[in-house]
Amino acid sequence: MTEPLLKVEGLKKYFPIKSGVLGQVKNHVKAVDDVSFVVHEGETLGIVGESGCGKSTTGRMLMRLLEPTDGKVFFDGKELTDLSNQEMRKMRRDIQMVFQDPYASLNPRHTIEKILMEPLNVHEIGDPKERKKKVHEFLEIVGLSSYHAKRYPHQFSGGQRQRIGIARALMTNPKLIIADEPVSALDVSIQAQVLNLMQDLQKELKLTYIFIAHDLGVVRHISDRVGVMYLGQMAELADSESLYEKPLHPYTQALLSAVPVPDPDFTREQVVIKGDVPSPANPPSGCRFHTRCPFKMDICETTVPKFAEVEKGHSVACHLYKESRPQ
Amino acid sequence: MRERKTILDVKGLKTSFFTDDGEVPAVDNIDFHIREGEVLGIVGESGCGKSVTSLSIMGLVPSPPGKITGGEILFQDKDLTKLNEKKMRAIRGNDIAMIFQEPMTSLNPLFTIGDQLREAIKIHKRDWSKKQIQERAVEMMKLVGLPRAEDLMKEYPHQLSGGMRQRVMIAMALLCDPKVLIADEPTTALDVTIQAQILKLIKNLNETLNTAVLLITHDLGVVAETCERVIVMYAGKVVEEGPVHTIFKDPQHPYTRGLLESVPDMRFKKERLYSIPGNVPKPGSIRTGCKFAARCEFAFDRCLNENPDLYQTADDHQTRCFLFDSKEVQAHDRTVVKS
Ligand SMILES: Nc1ncnc2c1ncn2[C@@H]1O[C@H](COP(=O)(O)OP(=O)(O)OP(=O)(O)O)[C@@H](O)[C@H]1O
Ligand SMILES: Nc1ncnc2c1ncn2[C@@H]1O[C@H](COP(=O)(O)OP(=O)(O)OP(=O)(O)O)[C@@H](O)[C@H]1O
Ligand code: SF4
Ligand SMILES: [Mg+2]
Ligand SMILES: [Mg+2]
Repeated sequence: MTEPLLKVEGLKKYFPIKSGVLGQVKNHVKAVDDVSFVVHEGETLGIVGESGCGKSTTGRMLMRLLEPTDGKVFFDGKELTDLSNQEMRKMRRDIQMVFQDPYASLNPRHTIEKILMEPLNVHEIGDPKERKKKVHEFLEIVGLSSYHAKRYPHQFSGGQRQRIGIARALMTNPKLIIADEPVSALDVSIQAQVLNLMQDLQKELKLTYIFIAHDLGVVRHISDRVGVMYLGQMAELADSESLYEKPLHPYTQALLSAVPVPDPDFTREQVVIKGDVPSPANPPSGCRFHTRCPFKMDICETTVPKFAEVEKGHSVACHLYKESRPQ
Repeated sequence: MRERKTILDVKGLKTSFFTDDGEVPAVDNIDFHIREGEVLGIVGESGCGKSVTSLSIMGLVPSPPGKITGGEILFQDKDLTKLNEKKMRAIRGNDIAMIFQEPMTSLNPLFTIGDQLREAIKIHKRDWSKKQIQERAVEMMKLVGLPRAEDLMKEYPHQLSGGMRQRVMIAMALLCDPKVLIADEPTTALDVTIQAQILKLIKNLNETLNTAVLLITHDLGVVAETCERVIVMYAGKVVEEGPVHTIFKDPQHPYTRGLLESVPDMRFKKERLYSIPGNVPKPGSIRTGCKFAARCEFAFDRCLNENPDLYQTADDHQTRCFLFDSKEVQAHDRTVVKS
């Protein structure tokens, strides 16, 4: 098997919680706590999980928009976590992000042309004429027109703005695109357009995606493999077929059974979990899911289950599986 | 199913906003009714008029710039659009209650949960003793499944999670045994596992207290799992109405069909999603013809020039599309539509 395009090992991000007038560090929000995974060239890895589980923090650390507290990220064989800021800036030509709210990330005072031109200027790609040509080319690629170049962000609908956000990410011919909730703010009919666009672009331009979202239907649709996060950790990761058809972790089971399905005839046994997600500043001991888990055993309260491969390509962190238990 | 009486009847409701760009008809001549004890869903994409519909019923349309410009909202033989604010206030919370998407904005951050619940009871039950009020508040907290009810009464909204705050809002809405509960995107801000808890709660309350529920959402999954009947809105109009099973299994309006096909279904992977071309129109931007015509693959001349009515296609099923006008059905082959 070929080297993965991206390899993440033991990634952590602890945010300090300060208190008092002196601002002493009182505690930490363990936003991401020991997460490892790989992404292969040309695939889409989906990352799902409920609000605050650390999806965005993970995504931002991969681009080093946030400095990891610990852990390593290898991209294309290079260790990103070792690069100087300047080297990292160069690297960002190959890794780009698409955000949930393109509006917030598009400068309202700049024309679309100027917005799309910027990454080319930053990375010194082409001469002014070529840059302009490229802008118009990519506008067409994402389904807009050349005449849109002279307009401003507020003159576009949400779906169109997301197309602009995608075009901007594509300008530097990146290899990897980290899309953080790229369709969450869009209506269903517009969401379908953007998802189709992303799939077409992936094929045409051989892109690799990390697709972060909380909508499990959307994630299944777009992903080859899917990781489920809970309270800063990866609970389960598998190819999307097995994850959705045969979820192993009790949290994944509960999550899947809670998703409303658009079919009134569909019945299923719901794995109902009680209570709320605990605070990441004070995560439960042992398995982080044990406070809500319907299958909790004694060991779950005391011992952290190992994230281990239980079936080929299917990893899970849960004591119900012997691979996760201490040897 | 037994026949149930209509409890709220909306007839030809028109609510507009008067802005610098002129009149924006956010809700454009809509008709529907809610029956006793049923869960009716309103579904549609952003800006189609769902919230303005519910605000119109509650008499809470921000005015100016908004105004109900036509139609009636009949509740127990009273036209709510004709009531003054004082009478409307008596109905709100008492007979018809509402919960919103973001519970934080409807709870006052400066008062404890208990203060707010007791205050809400006092408004409607002036003669109750302190003890009675306290007991009722605790009882409602327990009813909506809040743990440690007595302790929670002493806490402030920011100390609660989103799901707990939404439970408090539901408790507050139910304090006076309303006959109708309007829930506008009650779970949109919540995580799916919490959403499942809240929807279950709403359904339970509907069954045990027989409260009629108007559930507004853009999530077709939520509709399929919670509602008995569904209204599909598009650009300020009702485009289709029917029992949940019919709407999902035999949708008629091209928009409803397109919408259903565009949703990725978690249960299986489609190679490619169907997508409706174009954008959702701004209300008021299309003055003549069917508002969906520009995006509709079945559109023909008439769709661009005339406004379709809601055509009755079965006992309980209506569609605003010329393809279902009996005149057209005779002229065109129905199978084209069905394929
Ligand atoms: N700059 C920060 N300072 C302190 N805490 C933070 C910071 N950024 C994120 N957090 C916390 O880290 C945790 C993970 O946040 P993150 O934004 O990664 O979650 P998420 O999975 O993307 O959630 P959502 O689905 O809501 O976007 C949360 O508890 C959040 O409050
Ligand atoms: N205060 C206001 N002033 C002007 N226009 C308004 C106002 N409130 C709503 N509208 C317009 O009325 C239309 C219907 O809005 P409404 O809030 O009912 O949509 P909705 O269906 O609830 O959408 P969403 O799913 O986004 O909540 C929108 O196009 C909106 O722009
Ligand atoms: S490890 Fe234990 S508590 Fe955690 S998910 Fe598995 S069974 Fe549940
Ligand atoms: Mg996020
Ligand atoms: Mg709304």
